[in-house]
Amino acid sequence: MQNKNYTPQGHYVAPLEETPVAAIDKLDESQKARSTWADAWDAMRRRPTFWISAVLILLIVVVAVFPALFTSVSPDKNCLLANSNGGSEAGHPLGFTRQGCDVYARLIFGTQASVTVGLLATLLVTLVGIVIGALAGYYGGILDTLVSRLGDIFFAIPTVLGAIVLMSVLPNRTPITVALVLSIFAWPQIARIMRGAVLSAKNSDYVMASIALGVSRFKILVRHVVPNAIAPVIVIATVSLGTFIVAESTLSFLGIGLPPSVMSWGNDIGQARTSIRTSPQTLLYPAAALSITVLSFLMLGDVVRDALDPKARARR
Amino acid sequence: MSLPVTDAATSRYDSSHEPLLQIRDLEVGFQTQRGLVPAVRGVDLTLYAGQTLAIVGESGSGKSTTAQSIIDLLPGTGKVTAGQILFEGRDLTTLSAREIQEVRGNLIGYVPQDPMSNLNPVWSIGFQVEEAIKANNIAQGKEARLRTIQVLQEAGLSDAGDRLKQFPHQFSGGMRQRVLIGIGLSSRPKLLIADEPTSALDVTVQRQILDHLGTLTRDYGTSVLFITHDLGLAAERAEQLVVMYKGKVVESGPSQQILANPQHPYTQRLVAAAPSLASRRIQAVKTHDSVEGEIFAQGAIDNTLLERAAERENAAPAKDLISVRNVSKVYRIRKQGFRTDELKAVNDVSFSVQKGTTTALVGESGSGKSTVAKLLLKLESITSGDIEFDGHDVSALKGAELLKFRRRVQPVFQDPYGSLDPQYSVGNTIAEPLLAHKVGTARERQMRVLELLDQVSLPASTRYRYPSELSGGQRQRIAIARALALKPDVLVLDEAVSALDVLVQGQILNLLTELQTELGLTYLFITHDLAVVRLVADNVCVMRKGQIIESATTDEVFDNPRETYTQDLLAAIPGGNFEFGR
Repeated sequence: MQNKNYTPQGHYVAPLEETPVAAIDKLDESQKARSTWADAWDAMRRRPTFWISAVLILLIVVVAVFPALFTSVSPDKNCLLANSNGGSEAGHPLGFTRQGCDVYARLIFGTQASVTVGLLATLLVTLVGIVIGALAGYYGGILDTLVSRLGDIFFAIPTVLGAIVLMSVLPNRTPITVALVLSIFAWPQIARIMRGAVLSAKNSDYVMASIALGVSRFKILVRHVVPNAIAPVIVIATVSLGTFIVAESTLSFLGIGLPPSVMSWGNDIGQARTSIRTSPQTLLYPAAALSITVLSFLMLGDVVRDALDPKARARR
Repeated sequence: MSLPVTDAATSRYDSSHEPLLQIRDLEVGFQTQRGLVPAVRGVDLTLYAGQTLAIVGESGSGKSTTAQSIIDLLPGTGKVTAGQILFEGRDLTTLSAREIQEVRGNLIGYVPQDPMSNLNPVWSIGFQVEEAIKANNIAQGKEARLRTIQVLQEAGLSDAGDRLKQFPHQFSGGMRQRVLIGIGLSSRPKLLIADEPTSALDVTVQRQILDHLGTLTRDYGTSVLFITHDLGLAAERAEQLVVMYKGKVVESGPSQQILANPQHPYTQRLVAAAPSLASRRIQAVKTHDSVEGEIFAQGAIDNTLLERAAERENAAPAKDLISVRNVSKVYRIRKQGFRTDELKAVNDVSFSVQKGTTTALVGESGSGKSTVAKLLLKLESITSGDIEFDGHDVSALKGAELLKFRRRVQPVFQDPYGSLDPQYSVGNTIAEPLLAHKVGTARERQMRVLELLDQVSLPASTRYRYPSELSGGQRQRIAIARALALKPDVLVLDEAVSALDVLVQGQILNLLTELQTELGLTYLFITHDLAVVRLVADNVCVMRKGQIIESATTDEVFDNPRETYTQDLLAAIPGGNFEFGR
């Protein structure tokens, strides 16, 4: 392998064929071109966690949109009090609630309200947070001060506590109002993260280069700063989706979330707490559905974070 | 000036004895998702007691990996997969973690590359040096404190006793590196590994520190293993050279012999590319015919190019395109409470640049050279004085006028990793200025992108790639292509080649010179590296503490420097007094 004949410190020259000299700084054209997002997708694809959470989330969404596909039993009609807190039987695999309604059917039909609140609140919070955080971080000055202090005020109020106060004075409670109320108290978190990311992105050399190229300030924000600052927000948004579903359940459990006429896991858990000792299944099944949903989103958030983290993704 | 490497120096060791360090067939690999990637592939190396040996290579050549494997400091998943590292006859690769800890620090000292990040900012300097002394069992208790002061004194820090309580941020880069050298030598190790110890420092500081390191190691009889990318520096400081390329040793032997008579094609390339005082300005090497041919090949896409070049030739020469008059820039620094301090970054600077020439602004860090660039690019506002570009006052430009100015003056920044948006494909990056100034249709813009890629010698397929897939040199070529997109008159090159390996650097400098001849560009070249200045500049302005202290033609400054500071700068260029075989 090595030339063993050379003296320890004499003038040694490696045979040329061992390390042929390549052209200086030649572009390797054999590799496929790829973007940050393609890279992130590649990293996610390799993780079993990603596939497990993705399949679960897909299932949950399908259940939410087409509940009738999964059960032919009506969740709130034909409830017979004779079946109150009954165990599982043919056609009713998870038993009956205190009102004698089918637990499985209520589980399926309750998905919609929970998922709607979660998705809607996440969407609202992310949009508002990104816009406000980006503007504050990018333009700075008095706007930044105002927005940051306003955010601090909202930040100081615990989300659930604030929501309890607001919900109790609202006359009309629907999944949309619940999502709105939750968003009011949750946007500062996203705005803060976005602001920080924008602050670091706006000082980068490529922004300086774009200014010198004559690109307008607002266009730089939209084209260069936001795309480079958005990754941490996406991660937090994925995780917070789960927490919004939990928050909705909490409010419903306390009786000030969705009205009892709307089927949701939180309502069912709240109603089942009185009979937990005699028939735990009425509480356990909706609680399990809630846990699995939240867990799926947390797992997805975890995978997304790893995929978008530049340190974890360093390829060279 | 006499060469630091003398016959007396080479005879300090006795090669009939066992070598101090002997590396045999060393192979190191990194475990990745795609399997084991070899970084060092069969390296042999011999170092005798009292000798200095330098490993030279570009980034990714495996030089640091080789050094790190000696003291088992390989990062991440790195592993020695084959070979031996014999230190005083003991194979270090077979030692347990505890045994290697005994060797590390005690017998083999280590000076890391970056003095900025290798001292812990929350502990005082004294604490950190004392910690090292205690860890290596050199001294304990009260004696350790005395030894700490002694170490800092030896490292060349004045009033070491008072400095014990100071923190790293109160030290300059040079002082921090002295502390690290002090720690590395505190146990009087037999071998000191210095991994690019001065790459982050200014040349004059670099010289002081290397001189000091040389004196100390000579006094203690310490062998030194230098890791460097700088052939000049290696030749000046080491008796033995090992040239690495792609994880292999391509050439090794006595420094002077290798420099005078490089055998391997890679070494020949390195020697030829090493900028030194002997170099002259690069002339565009293409013959007239091939220039015509090239332009012809580009076809009708850019007919104006020839016309513009002809226009420039006919234009009256010696007209100042840029004139900077008595320009100052003052920054306000917020202090505690409501007080502010003034920092004069640029102080009464005047110079002018003629069309089609290259003017270099040279200075060390903090000299204000980059601030001048930002003022010229109108990225910062001028405090006093004025800058005139082609008859227009730059600070008065607004709206459409400013946009027009932006078209004509383009920057290329230092950091090829930071100046390209990682989310943008190369094609979009180059097309961005065209889009911003609404030049042409989408199709015409695509054509222009292809043309520009060709001008910077990159294949057309590059336009689909993202910056993370490209090397530093390739990214810098993209940055140049982007700057050229609007056919500007002036390029402001702010340390544009400083971060690149020497061969790539030479390639970019050649490209810049070619483009200058072809397109009649005017360059303002901002750099700390005088050796590079010699290769590209027509005129030089030497800056120090915000002022221009000397400005003249390149030949005048190099052959006959008037100011002592300029002389110091010139003398500090590593390998400046070597005759490179060419």
